[in-house]
This record gives sequence, structure tokens and C-alpha cells, in this order.
Amino acid sequence: MRLKHVLALVGAAAISVALAVPAAAQDKTVKIGAVFPLSGGAASAGVHAKFAIETAIDIINNAHPELGNLPLAKNAGLAGLGGAKVEVVFADNQGSPATGQNQALRLITEDKVVALTGAYQSGITLTASAIAEKYGIPFVNGESVAANLTERGFKWFFRVTPVAADFARIYSDFLKDMKAAGAKTDNVALVHDNTEYGTSVASVITSVFKDNGASISQDIAYAVNATDVQSQVLQLKEKKPDVVIMIAYASDAILYQKTMQALDYKPPMMIADDSGYSDPSFIKAVGKISQGVFNRSSWSVGAPGSPSAIIAEMYKKRSGDELDDTAARQMQGFFVLCDAIDRAGSTDPAKIQAALKATDLKPDQLIMGYKGIKFDDKGQNILASGLMIQLQDGENYVAVWPKTNAEKAPEMPYKGW
Amino acid sequence: MSSILVQVIVGGLLLGAVYALFSSGLTLIWGMMNIVNFAHGDFVMLGMYVAYVVWALFGAGPAIGVPVAALLLATLGIIVYFALIRSIMKGPMLAQILGTFGLALLLRYSAFWWFGANYLSLPENIVGGTFDVFGIRIQASRLLAGVVALVVTGGLHILLTRTTLGSKMLAVAEDSSAAQLMGIRPDSMQAIAWAIAAGVTGIAGALIATFFYVVPTVGETLGIVAFVTVSLGGFGSVPGALVAGLLIGVIESLSAYWIGAVYKDIVVYSLFLCFLWFRPQGLMGKS
Repeated sequence: MRLKHVLALVGAAAISVALAVPAAAQDKTVKIGAVFPLSGGAASAGVHAKFAIETAIDIINNAHPELGNLPLAKNAGLAGLGGAKVEVVFADNQGSPATGQNQALRLITEDKVVALTGAYQSGITLTASAIAEKYGIPFVNGESVAANLTERGFKWFFRVTPVAADFARIYSDFLKDMKAAGAKTDNVALVHDNTEYGTSVASVITSVFKDNGASISQDIAYAVNATDVQSQVLQLKEKKPDVVIMIAYASDAILYQKTMQALDYKPPMMIADDSGYSDPSFIKAVGKISQGVFNRSSWSVGAPGSPSAIIAEMYKKRSGDELDDTAARQMQGFFVLCDAIDRAGSTDPAKIQAALKATDLKPDQLIMGYKGIKFDDKGQNILASGLMIQLQDGENYVAVWPKTNAEKAPEMPYKGW
Repeated sequence: MSSILVQVIVGGLLLGAVYALFSSGLTLIWGMMNIVNFAHGDFVMLGMYVAYVVWALFGAGPAIGVPVAALLLATLGIIVYFALIRSIMKGPMLAQILGTFGLALLLRYSAFWWFGANYLSLPENIVGGTFDVFGIRIQASRLLAGVVALVVTGGLHILLTRTTLGSKMLAVAEDSSAAQLMGIRPDSMQAIAWAIAAGVTGIAGALIATFFYVVPTVGETLGIVAFVTVSLGGFGSVPGALVAGLLIGVIESLSAYWIGAVYKDIVVYSLFLCFLWFRPQGLMGKS
């Protein structure tokens, strides 16, 4: 009898130890929430964002000494938290600001995440980050460019990407250079959707151009996810602007390119504001009829064997697609967040917030071509920068401006198909 | 009239024909069988993917893609009728709405799972590119869709008004138990109606895929126009849907050109509501 009791006790103890081990290991995971459009019209972007974050998790949680100075790559897990692993809980914003907000709330209150990232569409980043602010949870955004996101006096919102105003200045300088080289750039038309992203980027470009003595001669707004864009293309065809700037998500971007080809309309110069025109499926679907379109980017693959090229390879293995600017910026944002948690040495939101404020990353610690990462009081990265790329062959974007970063010279006029 | 304006109107007509084409299947189901099929847009989406797969596997254009899509979708229509519609028709209205809505989500997320979220596209010249008529650009793929819209509308109209099968279908729609007393099997008539409606929707999808992008959520983008077209045309009126489609296409194009694309839906839907105020049965519906 006695022996049986002893055995039972030993057994119980063994079971509790066995149960306790995973519990202890669980203590060593850091849970981060990620809100992205995994369904709905922008699902392509969301799915690629997920691949980017998963690639980053692989780099952080496993040892990757080949990645040089990239923070968190050398050893497995977060050294500052005793090698704790990073776990990401993904949530689908379904392309709706209300859903994005609810998902952020769920991640904070039910999944108990220590920080958030996301949410691709500026309009959804707006609502999701408002919840994080309310609960005092750090929200690091790597890709949303609407100006007002960092103008709300938020204490918990940090943005790594360059914003609309930075890119507007790049466009303006680029056009000045092209004008000096003999291109006509006087009449500029803007085509943009009516989302937070489309309207805010359009108004920022308008005001930056005005400050630089240029003006926008035509402004075409349309409702997102259009069924038809023939009239818009015909408005352009009638006014014949020298430069057309397209601010559109992938669905509309593809429809515009198809319609321009059908109506035989080629502007002398076309500049795309990233997003839709950078989507890998955009190039596959209509790259061949969009040859010569300019685009903005902060991502460049770099030489073979360089950390950015290795990461691009890892991403391609996982997703089957080339790493594009948007996904790369999302990945960079996530690295910044994890680096801050590592330096904070804690999952306490206030300590992570303090570490984010103290972020000072150098160019060789980044995967993006930024001049560094350092946040101002509003949470905006002041060292973010970008360059102009061009889809010369209809298959791959190459860097064309400024000259110091250019792989090839800009080709003009816009070739189309 | 400037040539650009003519181009706007021609574009609107071609667009309207496409609206009519993908609405005709819905007219049949919604107008005659009194079931709101919320999965209609996703049937269009499946037709588009069939056309894409036929092209990707065999390099074939709509000459193969369209009949294959019609056959596959018609089969799906019969399966959907027997597996889902037959039982939810006995339930309250809400069950019908939620049932077909559930079907829509099932189809959409199956497409996500199978094809992924990437945008796909057929080559631009798959139906012979674009040609010029007196300086007006006409896209062969849209013209083909427009011609097929006319043929399908005519065919369905003749079927419903001039054939015994059509009369039987209408009889079932009007009074199912009375039709049964006359020796008509409501079940087979309903199943045939679903097969035709889904088959026609498959044709529409396969043709739209020749000039539109293909993505699992495309049904959401296109679906709403189908509902508006059917109610403007008049429930159950196939020619009504054609006229309504053309009207909506031209009004959309003109208002986008004159007032601005961002306002075109406001123009279309306010006119639509005003019209229904005076004529709730639609253009050609019976009151």
C-alpha cells in the first residue's frame, strides 16, 4: 500500500514536472500581434506581408550568422530575454477599418500580445493603432504612408517607412532632373482612389509640388476596386498631361494598365506610387504592357551574397515570389520592433516603448536602403529615404535615380507594350 | 460630338453589355425562382478561373474556355440546387439569404486556398487585341462579350416565351403545387433553371476574364452591379436586364467622364432609386 502511494506521488510529481516544462518554455516566447488584409481586395498584399514576417521570425528564432550586422540574426531567439522565441499571432483585417480595429482589440485583450504590427492599408493602420494607443501597447508600422498617422500625438505608435511627403519630394526632385535632361514635365496629372491612402498621398503630392513651384493640372479621383476605368483613361487622353502619377492598389492598377493598352493611351511619363504597381502579381499580370513605368522604392536586392540578397532568397523560397518593396518594408518594421523588445530585455510595454524611442540603427543593420532608423517625438523615422525604380523590361524593376544608387539610366518616353 | 465622347459612349455600351451578360443568370434565379443567390458573383469568379486554367494548361482561348466553363458551372448549379437550395427553399427567407451567402464564402475561400490571393490575368491579345473603327478603339474581347450578351439574352428570352420547357419553368415559378397537378415536376424544372443560370454565369465569367483581372474576391467587386441590373430591369425579365445593363454602363461612363469617377456611383444609384420610386417593378417587370 505504502509503496503504491509513493509510486503515485512520484508519478504525479513526474507528470507535473512534465507539464511544467512546456509551461516554462512557453514563458520564453514573446507574442506579437500582426494585423494584415489576409482576405478581401488587398489579400495579395496581406499574404505577402505574412510571408515576410514569417521569414523574419525564421531569422530571429534561428541562428543566421551569415547575415552580418543585422540585429537578432546571429543567435537563436532574443538574447536580451534569455533566448526567448518570437511568436506572431496573425489576424485578418478583411480590408475593413472596423474589422482591423476589432482584431487589434482581440489580439491585445485575448491573445495578450505585447506589441502590434500592421495593418497595410493606411485607413486600417489608423483604427488599429488607436486601440493599441488606448491600451498602452506599442504599435510599429513598416509600410503605411498616409501623413496623418504620425500627426495624432500618439505615444505608442512608431513608423519606420518613409511617408508620402518624403516620396512627394523625391518625385519633385526626380522630375526637375528629368526636365533638365530635356523631358517635358509641366503638366502633371494625379490619378488616385478615394481611400485614406489615395486621398492623403494625392493631397501631399499636390502641396509639395506647389511648394516647389510646380502644379497639378489634372486630379482624377475614383472609387476603389473599380469595375471599369475607361472614362478616367479617356479624361487623361483628352488632356494629354506630360506626366501621370498613379496612386492605386493592385486591383485597380491592373485594370488601369489593361484599359490604357485597350484604348491605346501612353502618357510620355508615368510614375506609380508603389503599392499596386509593386505587387508581385501586378508584374506577372500586366508587367509586359507597363514597360517603362517609374515607381518608388526603398528596397534593392543588392549584390549576390549580401544580407539583403540572402533574405530575398529566403523569402522567395517561402512565398514563391520576389521580395517586393512593400513586403520588405513590413519585414524591416518587424525587425525594428523585435530589436526594441530585445534591447528592452522585457515584455513590459512601457519598457518596449522606451527602447523604441531609443532606437538608433545604422544603414548596415538594415535590410532597406534607409539612411538609418531613429524616431522623432511623433514616432516617425527621420532617416527613412527612397529612390526611383523603373520597370524597363516589364519583368524587374531596376534602380534609376538618384545617380548614386542607379543601376541603369532612366529610359524615356514611357514604352507601354 | 467629339471623338472622345463617342469613345466614352461606346465604352459605356460595351461595359453595359457585360453587366447584362453576368446579370442574366441572376435574373433567371432571382426573378423566376424567387431566390436571392448571393453566391452569384462567386459563380462569375469560378467561370473566370475556369477560363484561366484552360489557358494555363492548354494555351486555349475562350473558344475552349467558354464551353468548358458553361458545362462545369451548369453541373455546379445542379449540385448546388440539390445539395443546398432545395432544402433552404422550404425555410424562411433569412435561411435562403444566409444559405447562399454561406455558399458565396465557401466558394471564395476555396478559391483562395486553391489558387492563392495573387492577381491573375490572361494575355491581352487572347481574343485578337484592339481595333480602330473611325478612330474609335474597340477591344475585341469586350465586343465578343457584348455580342454573346445579346445572343444569350435572345436565347433565354425565346426559351422562356416560346418553348414548352420555358412555359413549364414559368409555371413552376408561378405556382409550384398547381404545376405539379398539371404533371410538371417542380424539382427537375428548378434544377434545369439552376443549370442554365449557372451555365450562363460561367460563360459570362469566362468572357470577362479576357479583359479583367482574376482574383478570388472579384465576385464581390462585380456582384453588386448584377443585383442592381436585375432590379432595374425588372424581376424575371431577361430583355429588361439587357436594357438595364446598357443604361447603367452608359450612365456610369458618362458621369465618370463629365462629373468624375468618384461620383459615378452616386449618380447611378440616385437615378436607380428615383426610378424605383416611380416604377418599383423595374423597366420591364410585371407589376
